[in-house]
Amino acid sequence: METVLLYLVAAICLVWSFLKDRQKTRIAIQKSFKAFEGILPQFLVIFLLVAMIMAILDTRTISLLLGKSSGGWGVFAASLVGAVTLIPGFVAFPVAAVLLQGGAGATQIAAFVSSLMMVGVVTLPLEIQFFGKRAAFLRNSLAYMFSLIVAVFVGWVVNQ
Amino acid sequence: MKILLRRYRFFLCATAVCVLFLLLLPAYRNKAIEVIVFQTETMLLVIPPIFILLGLLDVWVPREQMMRFMGPGSGLKGTALAFLLGSFAAGPLYAAFPVAAILMKKGASFNNIMVFIGAWSTTKIPMLLFESSALGLRFALSRLAIDIVGIIVISLLMKALLPKAEIERLYKQAEAFD
Repeated sequence: METVLLYLVAAICLVWSFLKDRQKTRIAIQKSFKAFEGILPQFLVIFLLVAMIMAILDTRTISLLLGKSSGGWGVFAASLVGAVTLIPGFVAFPVAAVLLQGGAGATQIAAFVSSLMMVGVVTLPLEIQFFGKRAAFLRNSLAYMFSLIVAVFVGWVVNQ
Repeated sequence: MKILLRRYRFFLCATAVCVLFLLLLPAYRNKAIEVIVFQTETMLLVIPPIFILLGLLDVWVPREQMMRFMGPGSGLKGTALAFLLGSFAAGPLYAAFPVAAILMKKGASFNNIMVFIGAWSTTKIPMLLFESSALGLRFALSRLAIDIVGIIVISLLMKALLPKAEIERLYKQAEAFD
């Protein structure tokens, strides 16, 4: 659904651009292609890394890790699992929902969801490419600490 | 050829490791291949339109305009715009980095860039709807509320903790995007 919308927007902009100025549009597409080719090596490395990590940490293993662990250690474990995995939301949310119904704590689930989305250990090489080591490490560390705060807050609200 | 090899050297190493992984750990083989296929599909599907928009943005939006909308003097409006841009985006977080680079090239402030990255990572509108149906409205809304605060705090901390010279270096680097 999102993707369809994205294509629609891109197509409309492209047609508009083409009607306004062909030459500029050609330059734009050349730039797009060059930018894409520029980060392709990093993209490919990340794919392979993700494949290996996700093969070991599949959804069943994640459920096991999140379902069993509880308390402070559970929150910690959940946030670590979230940080090193790269799962799209439409896969992660249903899994999280099942866990929640199965008795996992909202705090742990929130830690997992939050660090999953904001912290990207596997995508660090790519982030470093654009933002440098210092900024990339700093952003991920801050995002990780923030995920723990999110966990406590969301857990508190849900359990009210 | 040599340049190509140099650029793809990490990819070649990763491929070697991955082949070993597939050969030595047959238990994970199917799952690993499944993930590679899925990731490639996502990339081929989501990345092309994002990069097309990126190229068009670079060609059509003049630097002065972007400076006015999201530059250092754009204030609350600029931050709100960065939030909206990130929240309405589609695609995984790694697709946000090249977009952020082009916004930097066009003169968006570092704070706003960080807000944009934060919003892209965690406050996407379609995901929010999905989250509230899966995990409950209370869960989704409380997470959204604290995320909005957190994204702004993180962007301020990034600006404060990174040396000025490093931020300038990043802007110089972004300008090389062509």
